[in-house]
Amino acid sequence: MTRPGGAWSALIGQPDAVERLHAAARSARAVLAGASGAAVAAMTHAWLFTGPPGSGRSTAARAFAAALQCADPGVPGCGDCQDCHTALAGTHPDVTVVSTDQLTIGVDQTRGLVLGAAMSPSRRRWQVIVVEDADRMTEGAANVLLKAIEEPAPRTVWILCAPSTADMIPTILSRCRHLALRTPSPDAIADALSGTEGVDREHARAFAKAAQGHIGRTRALLLDAAAAAGRAEALRLPTEVGDVGRALRAAQSLVDAAAAEAKAMSDALDAKETEELKVALGYGQGKGSGSARGVAGSAGILKELETKQKRRATRTQRDALDRALIDIAAFYRDVLAQQFDRSGGQELRLVHEDHARQTRAIAENSDPAATLRRIEAVLEARKAIAANVAPLLAVEAMALTLRTG
Amino acid sequence: MAGSRAAGGAAPAPLTLVSGPEELLADRAVAEVVAAARAADPSVEICDLAPGALQPGGLAELVSPSLFGEAKVVVLRAIQDLGADQAEEVKRYLADPAEQIVLVLTHPGGVKGKALLDAVRKHKPVVVDCPKLTKPAERITFLRAEFRRQRRAISEEAAQAVADAVGSDLRELAAAADQLIADTEGTVDEAVVARYYSGKAEVSGFAVADLAVEGRLGEALEQLRFALDTGVASVLITSALATGVRQIGKVAAAGPNARDLGMPPWRVDKIRRQARGWTPDGLSVALRAVATADAAVKGAAADPAYALEKCVVAIAGARSAQR
Repeated sequence: MTRPGGAWSALIGQPDAVERLHAAARSARAVLAGASGAAVAAMTHAWLFTGPPGSGRSTAARAFAAALQCADPGVPGCGDCQDCHTALAGTHPDVTVVSTDQLTIGVDQTRGLVLGAAMSPSRRRWQVIVVEDADRMTEGAANVLLKAIEEPAPRTVWILCAPSTADMIPTILSRCRHLALRTPSPDAIADALSGTEGVDREHARAFAKAAQGHIGRTRALLLDAAAAAGRAEALRLPTEVGDVGRALRAAQSLVDAAAAEAKAMSDALDAKETEELKVALGYGQGKGSGSARGVAGSAGILKELETKQKRRATRTQRDALDRALIDIAAFYRDVLAQQFDRSGGQELRLVHEDHARQTRAIAENSDPAATLRRIEAVLEARKAIAANVAPLLAVEAMALTLRTG
Repeated sequence: MAGSRAAGGAAPAPLTLVSGPEELLADRAVAEVVAAARAADPSVEICDLAPGALQPGGLAELVSPSLFGEAKVVVLRAIQDLGADQAEEVKRYLADPAEQIVLVLTHPGGVKGKALLDAVRKHKPVVVDCPKLTKPAERITFLRAEFRRQRRAISEEAAQAVADAVGSDLRELAAAADQLIADTEGTVDEAVVARYYSGKAEVSGFAVADLAVEGRLGEALEQLRFALDTGVASVLITSALATGVRQIGKVAAAGPNARDLGMPPWRVDKIRRQARGWTPDGLSVALRAVATADAAVKGAAADPAYALEKCVVAIAGARSAQR
């Protein structure tokens, strides 16, 4: 038995998953060598990676892709050969990574994938297709995948990533081998981040807890001042809801902050994208009248880009708001933990340790039933925003419910 | 032919430009030219082309003299939508107009097709302006003129009542006037209008919201029905309800500092009056009801109208429960 190689190093706190995938990669080599039976049992053509957001689903998918493509004669997934490097970086010719910054993955995009899946790999190993946000596939899109996933071309491997099995339709689920990732422990995250980012280990551990095991969020809280400020702003809301006017103001500023984040992102991206597309369409190229207008039909293409950018902004705003609401829900979870704590703080495991004073104050002034109702209100607001309710209205209704509990 | 023309009234000008966005008035202007042409020559041929119906080269065909030299009225509508080639054809024709042809061009205003419009104006057309009537007083004047045209009278108040009931669409106002003229005798006064029209047809979500937060449940539900029946989108109503409740919360909480909320003073005063009878708990119930309704009209429930009614009832109830 060989030890898993360097391609797996980015996958934090998932020893079981690494072991299974490593075994699968070794079986995959056996398949290429023409073996059959028990030697190839660990490998299959369709995988579903599930795990909570930030647990490293897409990292796992990329690492597995690298291990499948690895050229090292000893260990699959050495992390050093050119195939490993390109697969991890997402530039390998036989690794297609599908992710979306839109709200959904539609039928058209999926049809394109199915078409590509029928091809043979160009470098003699595997054709790997990673769908990072498989839960964002519409039902129609998922149905398009069914046939392709059940009987793919001999060397095609599908890797779908989703938060949980409940996010996929049963017909897809039954066609995939399931690999569950766990929430990485704060210690594992702290170890990894103090190694790669050079941050203080204790500091990293506190933020890993505040991010509830979300690695990317931990990194953002550690390195991005705006993200840390956003969290502080969100956690101020529960202490602000004492009276109606302040509750409404707090709701407004929470939604404004999310909108500002979305705007900052679109300001950075939209103008550049539009400019690039315009150049590609021939705007302002050449001389003479009419040349400034680009090729015929380009107005429609520009319009399409605009629609796409708008959808992306909507999603960014919703995601930002959702993060804030999760922080707030965890705040009340801490309140509840304080209310039930009989150990005098010894066994208290708080998510937001730096807000222990605030959660204690609220815990002393309310009962567990009210806290549960408040958590319910936060979760309801999340659901309402997902159902397209005006974000400000949903957050206001939540803030006013938090007031009374 | 020439004889019959002499027997009729004055022949219309060879070139008329009907310019302005109000379609009813534009249609009437075109109809008047056609009627005048008919009066001058009953056998006149009318070619009324729908926007976009002009084929390339079609204009030359239409205006070329026929075998017997009959008169012809050619109506080109929406000349701003003509292609460059057709616009060129129109300009060529204007430079060298044919006899016996009456050309009527309509243009809805705006900058589109301005080059052609300017070219047309150079040929000294008879211009008929058809501006949109934006002010309520203009609509009243229009209504009274409608009655006068058919030699009838309507009182100022009655005209106001019709305008309130029917709304701002000029065609509907004209139709309402025709209906009243056909169905009644003598001067039309308020009582007569009330017999035919009651209630307000155009209701905004804000009117519903105002009534709901003032606790006037019956009127609020009535206005809500009107709003839905006249096609106000349900999402606009929930957003108006949300604004109504939210502003009460903000103004009530701000107390004497409400001037700093960035609202005009009259608005603050109005909301202050509405805020009487509201408590924090009531506001909380009301705002949650609006959030539920907003989800419902966006697909969470089968019947948006029911969801809105329920919401209005909840808002009015949340207020009165506190008194």
